[in-house]
Amino acid sequence: MYDFVSGPLVWVAFAVFIGGLAFKFVTTYASAKGEKVVLPTFSGKHGLRSLLHWVVPFRNRNTRLRPIFTLISFGFHLCLLATPLFLMAHNVLWHRAFGVRLPSIPDPLADVMTVIVVLGGGFFFLRRLAVPVVRYVSDWKDFVLVLVAVGPFVTGFASHQQLLPGDTLLILHVVSGVVWLMVIPFTRIVHMMWYPFTRAFMGSEFGYVRHARDW
Amino acid sequence: MQVPDVPKEIPRIEDPGIDRRLEEIDLEEVERVIVETLDKETAARLKVYLETCVHCGLCSEGCHYFLSHDKDPRYAPVSKVKQTLWEMARRKGKVDKTFLRNAVRIAYLECGACRRCSMYCPFGIDIAYLTMVVRRIFHKLKLVPQYLQDTVNSHAVTMNQMWVQQDEWIDTLQWQEEETRDEYPAARIPLEKEGAEIMYSVIGPEPKILAQLLGNISLIMTAAGYDWTMPATDGWDNSNMAMYSGDFEIMARVEKLHWETAQRLRVKRVVMGECGHAFRGAVYDGPRWLGWTEPPIPMVHAIEFYYELLKEGRIKIREKYKKPITVQDPCNTVRGRGLGDKLRYVMNALCEDFRDVSPNQEHNYCCGAGGGLINCGANWKKIRMWGNRVKAEQLDATGAEIVCTPCHNCHSGIEDIIGHYKLGMHVKFISEILVEVMERP
Ligand code: HEM
Ligand code: SF4
Ligand code: SF4
Repeated sequence: MYDFVSGPLVWVAFAVFIGGLAFKFVTTYASAKGEKVVLPTFSGKHGLRSLLHWVVPFRNRNTRLRPIFTLISFGFHLCLLATPLFLMAHNVLWHRAFGVRLPSIPDPLADVMTVIVVLGGGFFFLRRLAVPVVRYVSDWKDFVLVLVAVGPFVTGFASHQQLLPGDTLLILHVVSGVVWLMVIPFTRIVHMMWYPFTRAFMGSEFGYVRHARDW
Repeated sequence: MQVPDVPKEIPRIEDPGIDRRLEEIDLEEVERVIVETLDKETAARLKVYLETCVHCGLCSEGCHYFLSHDKDPRYAPVSKVKQTLWEMARRKGKVDKTFLRNAVRIAYLECGACRRCSMYCPFGIDIAYLTMVVRRIFHKLKLVPQYLQDTVNSHAVTMNQMWVQQDEWIDTLQWQEEETRDEYPAARIPLEKEGAEIMYSVIGPEPKILAQLLGNISLIMTAAGYDWTMPATDGWDNSNMAMYSGDFEIMARVEKLHWETAQRLRVKRVVMGECGHAFRGAVYDGPRWLGWTEPPIPMVHAIEFYYELLKEGRIKIREKYKKPITVQDPCNTVRGRGLGDKLRYVMNALCEDFRDVSPNQEHNYCCGAGGGLINCGANWKKIRMWGNRVKAEQLDATGAEIVCTPCHNCHSGIEDIIGHYKLGMHVKFISEILVEVMERP
């Protein structure tokens, strides 16, 4: 069982993840050529300027207005992206599959980062229930999405701590990771790919076209 | 400042453009128009925006309606998209009349397309653009507030927004020229002067209800020694309510005629009077629809023009304006053109006691009249007033007596706010202050 999920299934997941994103990108780019403003008004310089104001916390007014949210969101995303890439155990797998090794983070640190992701997810989930605006615009998919996002972290942590005997947890971890990867291109987690583009487009629109700031 | 009560539920406001049309509207046509607009007339931008929005609600902080309605979730930018586009897309155009009535109100009256929220969404999602897509659908369905549609009709027939006829136009200019010459005999309003350096553009309300502004500009231009002109033909008004009703075909006709007029007069540049919409239509929306990346002749907005004139010392200030004064940063020239610093230069050059607003510049709140809102007519005024308490609070906090509003919509919108919240302030255009404080030649 473990051999199957961690073998072929993972390859399928990566194929869907990368293939899905590539397909999205190519079709969207083709469609963007039909827009009167997107490509002709794009400016790398102004796009980058805007991105830098938004990927660095507190460089724009809205992140300053909500410091706690900002810290949680940045912590969540940073750990969410870094932990799976640089985890020691994953590095072994990267090496076996692709013959490359990334820098590793020590396990105790990875544990802390995992907990940050899970707590961050918990925060987003509760916030969705508690803040009237967010609740107003949520449907069940938004809640499930948070659960999907933290799934591999919960199971990975539990399996690492060996909370259950055997490979049940490990299998669950791989399966939730597979789901995680496969849904990215087809759910709103695709924001991961569009973020630099929407941001840079608005940055160009404000900076290059309108000589104003968007942060 | 006094804050009148706001009803918890929005009362139904009558508008023949909406009520009568809804009676006869064919829901199959509605479906067809929605599907056609979403599938054929929009492309990557709309799709990516709808796909990317993570429903996080961070844009809410950007909207003056949301802030003024004590954070009622219905007024958050993302909620307005939920109540309009999301539903249209989800139901694939199969919507009912209750939905339409609600969505029309939201698209035309509860979002002024001011774009402030785009500076609060971490993805920079352009909610104002999404609002415009909804308005485009409603324009195609002829489901538009009556008064706004009337303004568009005026554009279509007369090429200006207030049914001003050509003889009336010329007459008003000559009358204002004469008035100004009583005091200052050198003043002129040169009509149809080919090859002049500047063409000066105004909007319909100037000849119709604020003619003294034309006298002011005649005084300013002459005193500053500019070689300028105004057209005697249609093409003088480039304010554009069609741009806001969703009738982009008429919008483009208006802007095209305006630029053709400037080209016919072979001017080097066009100075746009104190109007934000007109500037936006002429420099951005019109050219884009026409497929131009830039207007054919450079356009300078009044704020920039006065900045240049004062910086170059073309006009000397006799004595600075004394009363405490604050300013309204117009969305279309400050957030939409980055003229905030120049506006402050002008304010400080003309006034002794300038008190800035907070938040200011790009982060300033919209006046609540722009984006076609005020043109929806007096029956809708309450929606604008309830939706902009933050503006009243912001102005009140400056302790100023006068608000300088370098935009026609801001001028009317802020005047309404001042009246509704009993702020006891007054509004003025830059040109009104300038003629008051300048050294008369
Ligand atoms: C480069 C990658 C990514 C970027 C730049 C990014 C950016 C953002 C931004 C700007 C938000 C808006 C709210 C906030 O600031 O928290 C957000 C929210 C969120 N993101 Fe990401 N993200 C990325 C990757 C991911 C991935 C890979 C996942 C999950 C697998 C994810 C899950 C979430 C979730 C669950 C929210 C929650 C919003 C809420 O509930 O309010 N993100 N992201
Ligand atoms: S009124 Fe302005 S801030 Fe509010 S939703 Fe519309 S564009 Fe955004
Ligand atoms: S801030 Fe942006 S991503 Fe978040 S709900 Fe508003 S529009 Fe959507």
